[in-house]
Amino acid sequence: MVAHAEIRVVHLGGSKINFREPVITNDSRFLLCASGESVKVYSSSSEECVHDLQGHTDLVSGIVRNPSNHLQVYSCSADGTVRLWDFTDGILIKTFIIGYPIYSIYVSENHGGVVFVVVPMANDKSSELFQLVAVHLPLSGDQEVEARELSAVLCDVSPSGAASFGRKGEYIAAVKGLQLEVFFFKNQKSHRFFLKPGNKKGAKNAFTCVSCHPKEDCIATGHEDGKIRLWRNFNQKKEYTYSTLHWHHGAVNTLQFTPEGTNLLSGGIESVLVQWHYTQENQKDFLPRLGGAITHIAVSPDGSLFCTSHSDNKITIIQSCVKVSAIIQGLVKGEGVRTDLTIDPRSKALVLNGKPGHLQFYSLHRDKLLYNLDIVQQEYIHEEGLDQFEVVKAAFDTRGDWLATVEERTQKGSELEINLKLWAYDEQTQSFMLNTTVTAPHEDQIIAMCFSPSPEITMLVTISFDGHFKAWLLADHSDTKEGASWSCDFVGGYHHLKPGCCCFSADGSLLAVGFQEVVTVWSPSWELLTTLSQPPGAIRELCFGRLSCSKYLLGTSTKNQLCCWNLLTCSLEWSTPVDVSLLQADPLSENMAAFCSQSGCSDLFVFKPGEPRPLYSQKALCTGKVQRAVFAPRDQMLESCEEHAQWLNRSQLYFLTQHMDLMTFSTKTEEDRLLASSKLLMVDDSVAVTPFYLLLGKHRQQQEALTNPMAERIQLPQGSIAIKELLYTPAHVLPSASFLCSMFVRSLLISSSSASEEKEPVEEEMESEEEDSEGEAELRDARQDLGGSAAWGPGEELGAPALTKAQERELRRVKHFDHSWLSSVLEC
Amino acid sequence: MASFKSTKIPIYPKLGEKVTPDTLYWKNYKAPVQIKEFGAVTSIDFSSLAPHNYAVTASTRIHIYGPFSTEPVKTFTRFKDTAYSGKFRSDGQLLVAGCEDSVVRLFDVSGKVALRVFKGHTKGVHVTDFTSDCYHILTGSDDYTCRLWDIPNSTELTSYKEHTDYIRCGTTSKLNRDIFITGSYDHTLRVFDARVEKSVMTMDHSQPVESVLLYPSEGLLVSAGGRYVKVWDLLKGGQPLVSLKNHHKTVTCLSLSSNGQRLLSASLDRHVKIYNTTNYKVVHNFDYAASILSLALAPDDESIVVGMTNGVLSIKHRKSPEEKREMVGKQRMQPVYRIFVKGRNYVPKKDDFLVSKPVKSHLAKYDKQLKKFNISKALDTALESWRRNRKPEITVAVMKELDRRGTLKNALAGRDEQNLSQLLNFLIGNVVDPRFTPVLVTATEMILDIYQAVVGQSSVVDRQLVRLQELVEREVDYQQDLLEVLGMLDTLFATSLPRKECFSVFDGTSSDFENP
Repeated sequence: MVAHAEIRVVHLGGSKINFREPVITNDSRFLLCASGESVKVYSSSSEECVHDLQGHTDLVSGIVRNPSNHLQVYSCSADGTVRLWDFTDGILIKTFIIGYPIYSIYVSENHGGVVFVVVPMANDKSSELFQLVAVHLPLSGDQEVEARELSAVLCDVSPSGAASFGRKGEYIAAVKGLQLEVFFFKNQKSHRFFLKPGNKKGAKNAFTCVSCHPKEDCIATGHEDGKIRLWRNFNQKKEYTYSTLHWHHGAVNTLQFTPEGTNLLSGGIESVLVQWHYTQENQKDFLPRLGGAITHIAVSPDGSLFCTSHSDNKITIIQSCVKVSAIIQGLVKGEGVRTDLTIDPRSKALVLNGKPGHLQFYSLHRDKLLYNLDIVQQEYIHEEGLDQFEVVKAAFDTRGDWLATVEERTQKGSELEINLKLWAYDEQTQSFMLNTTVTAPHEDQIIAMCFSPSPEITMLVTISFDGHFKAWLLADHSDTKEGASWSCDFVGGYHHLKPGCCCFSADGSLLAVGFQEVVTVWSPSWELLTTLSQPPGAIRELCFGRLSCSKYLLGTSTKNQLCCWNLLTCSLEWSTPVDVSLLQADPLSENMAAFCSQSGCSDLFVFKPGEPRPLYSQKALCTGKVQRAVFAPRDQMLESCEEHAQWLNRSQLYFLTQHMDLMTFSTKTEEDRLLASSKLLMVDDSVAVTPFYLLLGKHRQQQEALTNPMAERIQLPQGSIAIKELLYTPAHVLPSASFLCSMFVRSLLISSSSASEEKEPVEEEMESEEEDSEGEAELRDARQDLGGSAAWGPGEELGAPALTKAQERELRRVKHFDHSWLSSVLEC
Repeated sequence: MASFKSTKIPIYPKLGEKVTPDTLYWKNYKAPVQIKEFGAVTSIDFSSLAPHNYAVTASTRIHIYGPFSTEPVKTFTRFKDTAYSGKFRSDGQLLVAGCEDSVVRLFDVSGKVALRVFKGHTKGVHVTDFTSDCYHILTGSDDYTCRLWDIPNSTELTSYKEHTDYIRCGTTSKLNRDIFITGSYDHTLRVFDARVEKSVMTMDHSQPVESVLLYPSEGLLVSAGGRYVKVWDLLKGGQPLVSLKNHHKTVTCLSLSSNGQRLLSASLDRHVKIYNTTNYKVVHNFDYAASILSLALAPDDESIVVGMTNGVLSIKHRKSPEEKREMVGKQRMQPVYRIFVKGRNYVPKKDDFLVSKPVKSHLAKYDKQLKKFNISKALDTALESWRRNRKPEITVAVMKELDRRGTLKNALAGRDEQNLSQLLNFLIGNVVDPRFTPVLVTATEMILDIYQAVVGQSSVVDRQLVRLQELVEREVDYQQDLLEVLGMLDTLFATSLPRKECFSVFDGTSSDFENP
């Protein structure tokens, strides 16, 4: 394992950014959101990630602005710490160790030095009950402070997003289940209000969210049946009142008052941002079709900017409830990646199904979503329990000119709807355009499809549960108006068996289709060339070898076998009893990656089909089964000479674990390079780092460098007393001009000590090896300037030359040593 | 904020021919002008002189028509019997015609009486033509001979008696005055050289030859006979190049389009087929009312003239560009709702600050309703009479969309008698259309579920329900029959295929139809 320590399995971005409510800074320039184990700072105008605040060791579970300093935020995490950050510079200021996993954080302006966090009741994580505690943050200069001064405020609260501070921080309202609890800090009393379960006619009265009016005593609560209740007069136990607003047809996910309290914003599964006018509740504005279901709403402190986070890992920034000004989109992972992970040959982006009915193109290099391609092209109805079209398969041809997608809709009691769509890449729009739609290409679900890699022919093969495989050919109707379109060329089957997988050889001359236990090999003219079989166990995956190993065909079967057939002799070359759950071929080399699942863990083997020993193996890669994997080509080849890391030179292996985490393998050399490049890219933090900025910023820096020396030279010693005297004393008390002149001119002259400073850069250039001593001299000069005539100890004065002498000695010694080493080499 | 995505109306593949440049070209003709002749029109020939008159040989006369006249500008009636093969000389001054009475007559186009009369054949003369030097005439006759005549002396020059059956077609070379080709019912094509005593080339068409045609380059020869059109390479000694079998009755006439890129063949099966001469594929097809005997194209394809067995002469003129433009202009005028056009043609100047207006997308009526979740209204708009009659696919698409939203049942419910009968009418009209069946069957089932209780209350609805039931039962029977046929075909294929381990499956399109 020591040898393998250099290859690490690392988390790749694409973590959830909609986990908790985002925070907009006071000046509305930045947006902060919790993203996995870090806090991301986005520019609200350019959508670019400006900072990644890293430090937490577990999921970040909440961010709030520091009420006493608008340039700082608190973040809390399940690792039991609250951290204070300076987000403009991306610096961790303080860490408060609470000691319990924290699930949310609340602050109030009126409670200085106190943060309210939600921690489990019992100390173990498994506990289902949570409490809201006030933590007094100790004032200490240390970086890490233990905050042990906890006092319970509310018991039994929900872990996230269901508490809110009322007017001037006088009370806090929290909801859970069917109860609303209001805690008054003044008299340390809490009032509880209960609702009936409401079984009649689907009325589900359970609370989902709460928000307090910032200026008045009013609490708005959202409910599961889509109602919003406005509670008033709740400081009395009995005589409270509430009014009901109802527009949402699904549960109200989130509620938020605007800072002035004039509007109430609500959002739910309908993906419509509803703006209720406070006091005129029948007036409301809508902002429909924002994307996935709205999970959180945040408002900037000045009320000009709203942002909504959505269930499809997206944050939308809205300007004054009218216009969507920016969209920050993370990798959408949904419940499952039904399409395999694929790489777009053109953009080298990872392609998988994203938000409903779309394919997402995710740049792995920049960790950014490039764009979503609308596959289904239908209005998405945000309603629970509807069967919607889903993109289930996607495949690219080798040049990236064609994209094939399969969408599917299963409906209870009626037949399956399948559409096969073929998309042509359009150079002008730089996007894929729909070319052909085949409705019901097969009678049953399509299991797999692949494009022929052969350059002469554009062909797609689909296999389906109906027992057939079909070849689709691009027919060029150049004589007709419609242009090229796809049509079915061949329908094949084998003994009415259900096919399970298909694969083209690297040159497109062979097609292998696995029919349960039998592998059939077909020629492009649709002749069955041979059948291969290695019972027992149905063939799960097939993979042709590449380059020098192209004579091999690999197959994995359900009965724990990995077989390798030699296609020249049509016989089994070798087979091993491993339970391979996933087999992936690197398109740029001979290497194959096999993920095996054993006793709840996944192992990885990288091997060449022609060689008996694996190139690389890693046990216990991750818990659970690896769902999907793909080799992505690198844009720059690595030059790693270690034998076990060579397989990562040309392409990188990405995989999705059971928990939908996107992981990859990285080598040490690569990390070093990344670190170096990130240092290079250090720029002004206030400006978002865009490629455009990098391009232009460099130019500007150069210009600044050109103009700066001039500016320095022109700069007058303004601090000079003579000038001040001349300028500020009234003219009638000044002596004659002839007397003043000489004094004034003398004051403009540069003193001799600063003149030596001016010369210094020239010297530096001339003798760079003596930099140290020169630097020392500079220091000395500075001291002289500072202290003026202040006496310095002679010992200190002498210290510097002594040091240089020591250095000289060292240098001489090194020279000597070098020489001997060289001679020893020569002797050898 | 994404915009509303409108309901997608699937475009169903148009059955019939595809739109190609060829179809556009050949469809660009006006409605045919029909002229009734006295008998079957056996030959049509265009004059190469400017107004391009054409001679139509029918029964015992030859009519000469002007390019746009429906009345003959000239008529030759001095035939004792049926006239054949009226042909213009290349200068358009003379016309030659054969006759059933074995006499060949030469007319001046402006005169009435025959200038020359060539006697010598013993049977009807079906083929006449001028040689390229304009001084000789080629004739072919039912007496198995073909002869060359001298015009000035009206004497017979040579006679070839090589064919063993009627000579019914022939052509002279336009490049060489001595070479001519004849086709005969003895299945052969013969190439003669007037300077040689015998034929120089013989080709076997293996069918009675009805028509021959030389390419302008004269390297290729086309012959028609039986159901076949064959192309021969004369430069390779009469090697057969292609054999086309696109007609299902005897091909009677051949013609080349003016640029020589397309070959036309007319047949007794009432079709004219147009072939591409580079790959000999049929690119277009004309249908006529009766069996076609003769066909000719005016220079530059300005008109297509076809003569039929029932004596009808059909003339199609090409549409002039102005007319075409007029049509386009009319179409552009159609949307009249935008009257206010001020400033629409304003071109911004250089310094103008352009304020871009957000493009407003127009939604269809039903989409507007769908956007507002007004499901019943959306269905009502989709069921508007013109829409459900002209574009049932829109109605079906809206139904499908409602079904996808899970609200089709709500939209179908709560209708009165008139509305319901409208709906049922639509179903009766379209439920058996294989394109719409899957959606409409669900809709039908839902309607039956919803309106179960009111059956028997309205005679109109009841009648329609009975009709629907009958329709569905009939369709089920059809499907059953089709499946039986499919089964039979499968067994046939299975026996005819060589026994191999693999087999390809022919995709039978059988949609399961449930009885609602």
